[in-house]
Amino acid sequence: MAFTEEQLVRYSRHIILSEVGGKGQKKIRQAKVLVVGAGGLGAPISLYLAAAGIGTIGLIDGDAVDLTNLQRQIIHHTADIGRPKVLSAQEKIKDLNPDVEVIPYQKLLDAENAIEIFNDYEYVIDGTDNFPTKFLINDASYFAKKPLIHGGILRFDGQLFTIIPDESACYRCVFPKLPPQGVVPSCQEAGVLGALAGLIGTLQATEVLKLILGVGNPLTNRILTYHALQTLFREIAIKKNPSCPLCGLDPTIKTLEMEVQEVCDFDPLETAHKDH
Amino acid sequence: MFVKINGKKEDIQETTLGALLKSKKIEPQMVSVELNDQMIDRENINDTLLQKGDSLEFLFFMGGGSGLS
Repeated sequence: MAFTEEQLVRYSRHIILSEVGGKGQKKIRQAKVLVVGAGGLGAPISLYLAAAGIGTIGLIDGDAVDLTNLQRQIIHHTADIGRPKVLSAQEKIKDLNPDVEVIPYQKLLDAENAIEIFNDYEYVIDGTDNFPTKFLINDASYFAKKPLIHGGILRFDGQLFTIIPDESACYRCVFPKLPPQGVVPSCQEAGVLGALAGLIGTLQATEVLKLILGVGNPLTNRILTYHALQTLFREIAIKKNPSCPLCGLDPTIKTLEMEVQEVCDFDPLETAHKDH
Repeated sequence: MFVKINGKKEDIQETTLGALLKSKKIEPQMVSVELNDQMIDRENINDTLLQKGDSLEFLFFMGGGSGLS
């Protein structure tokens, strides 16, 4: 289907990029991207993907908008407090770009529904905050063979990288198993600079657009870290780990399961998260 | 001896990775460590020997995004 006059104008700044063009904009329109989490990272991810003209955006989140979310989750507004996040987000996306089809999943991702949902999409973006879900997303993307853009933020630091199943290092190649409960503080416990979510989420959206367009070098086999206090970006080379329990030579994880975090016996707040 | 930690040169006294983490108050369970581009298995962290000129990367778990739990 050809673009309408209005769409040609809407996407004109993309279309004049030689790396995008009308052909690339069509790829964007045909793309199906699943965003897990409609929070700090999911907000900029889904807004930029919507503005870009992604054809189908799936959004999973079981939460309702809370006053404490508004410091960073810019897709939700004050009047949305108490509303399901996926519905609040769907409304903003539609306002921004009615071309986009939004599929809201007002539920938590779990081992039972993950593969089935992932199978309906071509790319997955992790915008979640808890480790059992982050590991589940990594594993489900691997089993469903979907490229995944991983991202995380805490305090003044953020990190992201792209995972192409079987081709590049996965989350478990770096972090083989969940941290015990309480070892790594959450944003709720430790805080996060709101604008940091915008930055990391926008980088995640950029990386998925690159994959869709097939341009540039994907952020695979390297973790990009950002340290806001020093205004420092670093890139850390990683590689597929032969002893990875998921994608290594002798995998121990063969079916999808939501792992539970072990409890730990020390106070994480005593152990400062070292800034590097 | 001088080693590089997350890109920064540091003069350290510790000769094992376990001792270095301890001196930096980093709980081994909260970090993954690359030594000269090789991921160190968590069970070997304590005993891994450090040498002058080693390049270490401490990779931390980071959550963030949406509070789904």
